[in-house]
Amino acid sequence: MSEATTVTAAGVTAVADPNEVVTKAVTQFVDVPGLDGRLALITLDNGFDHTKPSTFGPGGLASLNEALDAAFAGSPAAIAITGKPFVFAVGADLTGVVKVEGREQALGVGQLGHAVFRRLRESSVPTFAFVNGAAMGGGLEVALHCHYRTVSSNAAAISLPECFLGLVPAWGGTQLLPNLIGPDKAVTVILENALNQNRMLKPKQAKDLGIFDELFDSADYLEQSLLWAARVASGTVTPERAEIDRGAGWDAALARGRAIVDGKTRGAAPGPRKALELLELARENDLDRGFAAEDEALADLLLSDELRAGLYSFNLVQKRAKRPVGAPDKALARKVTKVGVVGAGLMAGQMALLFARRLHVPVVLTDIDQARLDKGVGYVHGEVDKLLGKGRVSPDEANRLKALVSGSLDKAAFADADFVIEAVFEDLGVKQQVFAELEEHVSAECVLATNTSSLSITEMASKLAHPERVVGFHFFNPVAVMPLLEIVRADQTDDATLATAFATGKQLKKSCVLVKDAPSFVVNRLLTRFMGEVLASVDEGTPFEVADRSTEPLGLPMSPLILLQLVGSAVALHVSETMHAAFPDRFTVSENMKAFVAAGKTAVWQWDAQGKQSVDPEVAALWKLGDSPLTGEQVKARALEALAEEIKIMLDEGVVAEAQDIDLCMILGAGWPFWLGGITPYLDRSGISEKVTGSRFLAPGVASVPV
Amino acid sequence: MAAPATAGRAVRDVVFVDGVRTPFGKAGPKGMYAETRADDLVVKVIRELLRRHPELPPERVDEVAIAATTQIGDQGLTLGRTAALLAGLPRSVPGYSIDRMCAGAMTAVTSVAGGIAFGAYDVAIAGGVEHMGRHPMGEGVDPNPRFLADKIVDTSALVMGQTAENLHDRFPHIDKARADRYAALSQARYDEAHKAGKIAENLVPVATRSAERGWGLAGADEPPRPGTTVETLAALKTPFRPHGRVTAGNAAGLNDGATACVLADEATARELGLPVGMRLVGYAFAGVDPEVMGVGPVPATEKALERTGLSISDIGLFEVNEAFAVQVLAFLDHFGIADDDPRVNPWGGAIACGHPLASSGVRLMTQLSRHFAERPDVRYGITTMCIGIGMGGTVIWENPHWQGESK
Repeated sequence: MSEATTVTAAGVTAVADPNEVVTKAVTQFVDVPGLDGRLALITLDNGFDHTKPSTFGPGGLASLNEALDAAFAGSPAAIAITGKPFVFAVGADLTGVVKVEGREQALGVGQLGHAVFRRLRESSVPTFAFVNGAAMGGGLEVALHCHYRTVSSNAAAISLPECFLGLVPAWGGTQLLPNLIGPDKAVTVILENALNQNRMLKPKQAKDLGIFDELFDSADYLEQSLLWAARVASGTVTPERAEIDRGAGWDAALARGRAIVDGKTRGAAPGPRKALELLELARENDLDRGFAAEDEALADLLLSDELRAGLYSFNLVQKRAKRPVGAPDKALARKVTKVGVVGAGLMAGQMALLFARRLHVPVVLTDIDQARLDKGVGYVHGEVDKLLGKGRVSPDEANRLKALVSGSLDKAAFADADFVIEAVFEDLGVKQQVFAELEEHVSAECVLATNTSSLSITEMASKLAHPERVVGFHFFNPVAVMPLLEIVRADQTDDATLATAFATGKQLKKSCVLVKDAPSFVVNRLLTRFMGEVLASVDEGTPFEVADRSTEPLGLPMSPLILLQLVGSAVALHVSETMHAAFPDRFTVSENMKAFVAAGKTAVWQWDAQGKQSVDPEVAALWKLGDSPLTGEQVKARALEALAEEIKIMLDEGVVAEAQDIDLCMILGAGWPFWLGGITPYLDRSGISEKVTGSRFLAPGVASVPV
Repeated sequence: MAAPATAGRAVRDVVFVDGVRTPFGKAGPKGMYAETRADDLVVKVIRELLRRHPELPPERVDEVAIAATTQIGDQGLTLGRTAALLAGLPRSVPGYSIDRMCAGAMTAVTSVAGGIAFGAYDVAIAGGVEHMGRHPMGEGVDPNPRFLADKIVDTSALVMGQTAENLHDRFPHIDKARADRYAALSQARYDEAHKAGKIAENLVPVATRSAERGWGLAGADEPPRPGTTVETLAALKTPFRPHGRVTAGNAAGLNDGATACVLADEATARELGLPVGMRLVGYAFAGVDPEVMGVGPVPATEKALERTGLSISDIGLFEVNEAFAVQVLAFLDHFGIADDDPRVNPWGGAIACGHPLASSGVRLMTQLSRHFAERPDVRYGITTMCIGIGMGGTVIWENPHWQGESK
C-alpha cells in the first residue's frame, strides 16, 4: 500500500490517512476596533455540521500548520483560533490514531501535534483561543498552547477525556494545564473527571478553574472575544494568572491524583498511571522535556492492548449501544401512549417513574391491595418531589409527572395501554397468572413485558392467546442510573413486539442489547459464574482475603465479596440456584452461602471506626472452609477461565449475536472497565481464551494492537 | 372614590435615547453577511444597546418592535419577540414584528412612541432588519390580480426602480446628470464622515460566517464607493429602462443590515439616568400614487409640519433616506432647498452606505441624534423617507441640546 506522507512543521513527517475527515484551518485577516494592525483569525472546520465535530488527524494538523504560515506571513497584531458553529475541536482523530504501525509512527503522532501547536505558544505576537463550542482532548490542548483563552457560555463539552479512554493528554495537556491552573485543579480535569465516567466541565466551571480568562455570552461571543483580544493585545487589559505552588501543593495534588487512580483503576490502566508521571514532570515546567515525555508516553500507549481495548469499548458504548445488533426494523414499532406496571414494589416504582419521565404518557400501577398501591404511587410522587427539590424538574413538569402516575386495583385500567410490564414476585406460576389476567383486559397488540432476571420468558408466554406479544425487558438496579437494558426475545416474540421494545428502550435513554431467552441472560449469568468460582475457592479453603483480592489486578469496580453485598446475598443465592438448576455442571450452589443467608447475613466484611476491613467473626464461624486453599493468582485464573468457558457456550447457544454484545453488557451492566474491553479483549490478550476455548473471541486488531 | 378613568392618560414626552446599527452589507452570495442570519443581526444591535446603557435594567424594557419587509424564515417567527429572547432579554419582555416596507423601523419607532406617549410603555426598543441577500425583495409575494385587472396600480408600482423612473417623468427638470451629481455628493460626504470616525460610532461589529473562508468580522459598511465621480456614474447602465435615468450609482443598493434604538418616556429616562438624544415632536405618514412612491416624503412632511404647527424654515437638519437620488431631489425642490444644502444628509446617505429596507428609518434617527449633539444651534430636525406602494413617512424631532433664547 502506498501511503502519502505529509511533511509539516519542524520536519516532522506523518503518515497520511486517505480516509481522514480533514479539519481544514483557514486564516482570515480582520480589522478589530481598538487593535493597531490586523488580527489573523483561524477557523477550524471539517465541513460538516455540529453532529460531526472537527478532529485532528495528520491532514488536519498540516492544514493548521499552513493556516499558521498564512497568519504569520501577514504580520498580524494578534492571532486567534476558533471553531465552526457549536464546535471548537474535539481532539485527535481516533480512527486514524489506531492505524499507526510501529514505534516510529506512534512517536510521530505526538511530535506532529506538538510541533504545530507550540507555534501558537512560541509566537511573538499574542495568540488567543476563542473556544466557541465543544473542546475536548487535543481541541482543548490547542487552546492551552495559546497565550489567552475565552469560552462561550454555550460551549457544550469541555474536557480532557484521554485517561477515560486509556491515553494521556499528550499534545501538551499534562504540561500546560498544571502550569496554568495549578496541579490540583489539573488533577481534577485530567484524572478525576476523566475517570468519573468522562465528566465534562461546563463553561462557567472551566472559567472558574482558570482554564479561560473570560466567559462571554453565546449571543455575541465571537465579537466580544475579538474586542477583548484587542484590549489584551493593546495592553489595556492584562489577564491574571494563578500563582503555582510547586512544592508541597504539587506533592499534595499528586498524592490526591494517585489516590484517584488507585481507587478507580487499581493500577490496571496504564494511561492514568502515565498521566501521574507526566504531572510530576510538569512541576519543572520544562516544556521541551515535558513534551518529549508526552511523545514517549503516547507512543507506549498507542501500542498497548489496554488502549486498543479502551477505544474498542468507547466505540461499543458510542456506536453499537445506539444501533443494537439484531433489532428489527424501527418502522415496525408501535406507538406507546399508555403504560401499565403490575406490582407496586420498589422496582415497579422505579420503572413507573422512568416511564413517566421519559415517555410522558400515563403510567398506571396495579397491585393486590390498596395499601400497597398507595405506597407504590406515593413512592413515585415522592421521588418526583425530590427531583423538584433538586431543581431537576420544573414545578409544571413535576405536576405533569405526578398526574401521569396513578394506581388502580382493577386491571381494566390497562384496557387502553400499549405496553404493560410486570415486576411481581420471581415465580413462574405467579407471572403466568398475571399475564393471563392481563390478557383479559388489554388489546391483542399490547406488549406484555417482564422484568424477570432469571425465569424463562417463553414459558411465561406459553399459556397466552397471544404469546407473540411477550418480551423480556430486564433493567438493572438502580433503574434510573444503570444504562443497560437487556431486551429478551422469547421463542414466539414477533418483530413488531421486539421493535416496540427497542423503540421504548431507546426513549427511556437506555442502551439496549438483544438477548436470547436463556437463564439469567448475560450480565447476571456471567457475574454469577464469576462469583461462583470465587466462592467455591473460599469453600475449598482459600482465605476470604486472598480470594477477594485475587481479582484486584483487573481493576474491576469492586471486589467479588463487595459485589455480593451490593447485589444482596439472598438475591445472589436465588440466582445461583436458578443457574444451578439450568446448568448443574457449571454453576454450583455454595452450602456456606445457604448458611450465610439463613443466618441473615448480608456482608462478609465489616469495618471498624478507622475503616479497617476484617471478616465478620460470625461469618468466619459459620463458613466451613475446606483444606485445599488456592493462591490469589489461582483464584483469578480459575474465575477468568470459567468466564471464558461460559462466554464461549453463550456465543455457541446464540444468547447474543457476537462477543461485542457480551462486552457491551459487561461495560454497561456491570461497570467492567474499558481497559479490559468489557472482558473478551482481556481474555484474548492474556491467552485465556485460547487456552480454554481453543481460539480468540475477537480477531487480532479488533481490540488489540494488530500483530 | 376611584379616580376618573382618564386620569392616567396625559400625553407624555417621548425621547430617543440612543441607536445603533450593524455595518451594512451588500446583498448576495459575495456579500459579507451571505451566511449570517438576519435574526442574529437584530440580536447584535439589541445587545449593543444594552451594553452601551448599563443604566437600563433589561426588565424595564416594555416592548421590542422589530420591522422586516419579508417576514419569512429568519425574518419571520414574530421577530421582535424571538430576537428579544435570543438577545437574552428577560422572558417578561414582549415583542412583535412590524412591516411598512422601507419605513418599517420608522414605523416601529412611531408605534412604540405612541404607546409611550399614551402611558402603555415606559421604555421600548424599536428597530428593523432586512437581509436582502437571504430575502430578495418580492420573495413569496402574491399580489392580488385585481391590482392590475381593476387598474388599482400599474405594473411598475411594485418595481421600485421603475417608480423612480416614473418620478423623473413627473419632474422632467430632474435629469440624470443632476441625480448623478447628488449621488457623488452623497458618496463624498459619507467618506468624509467615515474618515472622521463619525460612522463607526454608530456601529456594532458583527462576526460573519463563511463556510469557505471561516469567520470574519464586519466592522464597516460594505457598499460605499469612495472616490465616485459624476464621470464614473455617467457610464453606468440604466437597468429599469433603456436610456433611462436610474442607475445602480444614483440609487441605494440591495443590502443586508439591522438597526435598533431605545425610546423612553422622558421622565423615565431621567429616573434611570438614560441620555436624551432627541425629543419626539410629531410624525405623519401619507399615501401617494404607488407608481411614484418616491414623492411620498413631500406630503408626509407637509402633514407632519401642519400637525406640529411648524414650518419648513424651523427645520435645521434633514436626514432624508436616499432610496433614489431623484426622490431626494423632488423633496428638496418642493421645499426650495438646494441640492447641496449642508443641512441635508451631512454624512451622506443610503446611496453611499446602503438601504436594507426595513432597517433604514432608525439609521436616519441615530444619525440625526448625533448631529443634534454637535449642533446646539439647531432646534428641530426631521427624518423622512419614501415607502414602497406609494407612501412617505416623516418624523420631526427636537434637539435637547438646543441652546436657543426662547421658543
